[in-house]
Amino acid sequence: MNSALAIENGRVIDPATGLDATAGVYIADGRVAAIGVPPPGFAAQRVIDARGLIVAPGLVDLCARMREPGAEGALRGEMRAALRGGVTGVVCPPDTEPPLDEPGLVRMLRQRSREAAGARLYPLGALTAALGGETLAEMHTLAQVGCVAFCQTGALPANHGTLLQALRYARTFDLHVWLRPVDASLVGDGVAGEGGLSARLGLPGIGIAAETVALHTIFELQRASGTRIHICRLSTADGVELVRAAKREGLPVTADVSMHHVHLVDQDIGYYDTNCRLDPPLRTHADRAGICRGLADGTIDAVCSDHTPVSLEDKLLPFGEARCGASGLETLLPLTLEWARAHGLPLVQALAAVTSAPARILAEDTGTLQPGRKADVVVFDPQAWWIVDAESLVSSGKNSPFAGQRLTGRVRYTLVGGEVRFEGVQ
Amino acid sequence: MQLRSVSPQLNSEGELHHLLSIEGLPRPLIERILTTADGFIAVGTREVKSVPLLRGRSVFNLFFENSTRTRTTFEIAAKRLSADVYNLNIAASSTAKGESLLDTIDNLTAMQADIFVVRHSQGGAPYLIARHLAPHVHVVNAGDGRHAHPTQALLDLYTIRHYKGAFEPLSVAIVGDILNSRVARSDIHALLTMGVSDLRAVGPLTLLPTGLEELGVRVHTRLEEGIRNADVIVMLRLQNERMRGALLPSAQEYFRNYGLTTQALGHAKPDCIVMHPGPMNRGVEIDSTVADGPHSVILPQVSFGIAVRMAVLSMVASSQRAEFR
Repeated sequence: MNSALAIENGRVIDPATGLDATAGVYIADGRVAAIGVPPPGFAAQRVIDARGLIVAPGLVDLCARMREPGAEGALRGEMRAALRGGVTGVVCPPDTEPPLDEPGLVRMLRQRSREAAGARLYPLGALTAALGGETLAEMHTLAQVGCVAFCQTGALPANHGTLLQALRYARTFDLHVWLRPVDASLVGDGVAGEGGLSARLGLPGIGIAAETVALHTIFELQRASGTRIHICRLSTADGVELVRAAKREGLPVTADVSMHHVHLVDQDIGYYDTNCRLDPPLRTHADRAGICRGLADGTIDAVCSDHTPVSLEDKLLPFGEARCGASGLETLLPLTLEWARAHGLPLVQALAAVTSAPARILAEDTGTLQPGRKADVVVFDPQAWWIVDAESLVSSGKNSPFAGQRLTGRVRYTLVGGEVRFEGVQ
Repeated sequence: MQLRSVSPQLNSEGELHHLLSIEGLPRPLIERILTTADGFIAVGTREVKSVPLLRGRSVFNLFFENSTRTRTTFEIAAKRLSADVYNLNIAASSTAKGESLLDTIDNLTAMQADIFVVRHSQGGAPYLIARHLAPHVHVVNAGDGRHAHPTQALLDLYTIRHYKGAFEPLSVAIVGDILNSRVARSDIHALLTMGVSDLRAVGPLTLLPTGLEELGVRVHTRLEEGIRNADVIVMLRLQNERMRGALLPSAQEYFRNYGLTTQALGHAKPDCIVMHPGPMNRGVEIDSTVADGPHSVILPQVSFGIAVRMAVLSMVASSQRAEFR
């Protein structure tokens, strides 16, 4: 049994209920017991004074690569990075080495995660064997060992017939399918968003059609199969518009974007900054504006870190040869605060995109501080600033596009299931 | 949120420390390069074709992609400045053995290189190298991917200035495979910086990159229209591998639509000059009668290229920089 813990005097923000008030949060047996007034007979064994701090549900990250299986031993460090970032739940995509397409691997990953005592881990199973897009993975068995949904990372399978069958098979067991809207044939040899920047730097471009054609394909196949689908990592304004239309039509669809696409555009590549080589690529100001509108009107449900640790050797290369991805777990919360500040959003609304909304997509009873729910909590200082650099990041991935930048918002405590798993210095 | 970008090729005095791209070079600096080149033109015509400006300095021609022509002109330019020149055909050595680009650079820097002349198939590779080097070592981009070929653009400017004088009143048309051309991108930046008011890009839509207009050029898909009343026509080489497949159906059809013939040239101004960065595909992008005709300045371009490269090498070599990141 966990000890009883009280977090007093903090500004409590719970996006799921709209609560934003100074209050005490009382935790017992790993769950939120009460907010405001301690329950009868509550005896705190520990009291955290959160004066001047914000108390919110722990962040639920819909995409974070923990590098296992593949880089054995890496998961522990990435879990520390998650906790330090206030992230209490991470969805791991199946693009590991080998891919998460068989139950033994998933069991092993979950076991390692338990041992690491970090954030909760939600594995995504491969939709097709070895993510090859040819034959179906054992989705039902994988779901039984803990896969929360099934994902084709990278691009859609070239064979749309196989994709349709995978969607039908998933629907049989009411499984959730997550897809990246990417048409590989339209990506070609592209390495940057197509437009003024790619024309100027002479980088092979990836047109908007690579995303919109894939979305049209997904929605047509969804109409044919009725499968629940989550769209991962939108990058274009036109893509957001297609998702908006699909939702209006009533298709069972949700969508996310990466936090990097909320803040950055292709111009940020500057003089070939490989930390800005991302998948999907950074796009124009108009696309970023479309993403922000999509977040504001609920077309885009959630924002994720798309955390992808990449070694220095794989980034110290010409732009076109550098590996895609950015480290994101530890910058997710500060960038959420920055997004709220820049757009004049109430914090309760901005935090919803990284707490209650992703938890709802996962059908998890986290992402909120309502009494009775799992006590996954972050306590952070909204004023404290820090400089992003190789020393300040715990993750093995030092590849942040924000390297050298000052970000505001520092995590003080991260609780998972009522247990303090991270405690930062003041 | 805005990420920072520092000009990577100038020192704190605004002098040329590396030459990575025309983009970002101020007009007075470009003019200084051209004026410096003026002084080197005469060197090539003397009996003793060298000056001792770079005596004792080492210039490494680092070609990750094959090029006889550009490498040779850089070699001649460096030798006329009395530098020690080393030609390294990296395509055939280190990287084939799996050595990383920056490891190769570290090894060569340890051999006391002063200037690296770099050609690489990937856009931006010279930036990566420049960021990595000690402050006293210089990089001159001899062509990176589809991005930039700044010395070619400078020699094109030199040629245009030689034949036309002022840049502002000129109509200039760049014709051909703009999409894959680093020469086109550098020419566009160079000509716009020098004040050319009417700059056009001409080609089929498969060879024109999306977003080209944002660079400040007018796009034309018909040759006659694109070169109408032009003072200068820059023809681009059409790479063999582009002639078949999804970009173009055939070299013949390309020539029929975009090949510069005497007849087509009739749409340009009577005193129009025709340039080409070489090597030419006669009968593909340019007809022999034009290539060898009175409007062609293709061979003078090559001679000017040596003087321009001497100017660039001597200018970067004299730049000091305390620190660069």
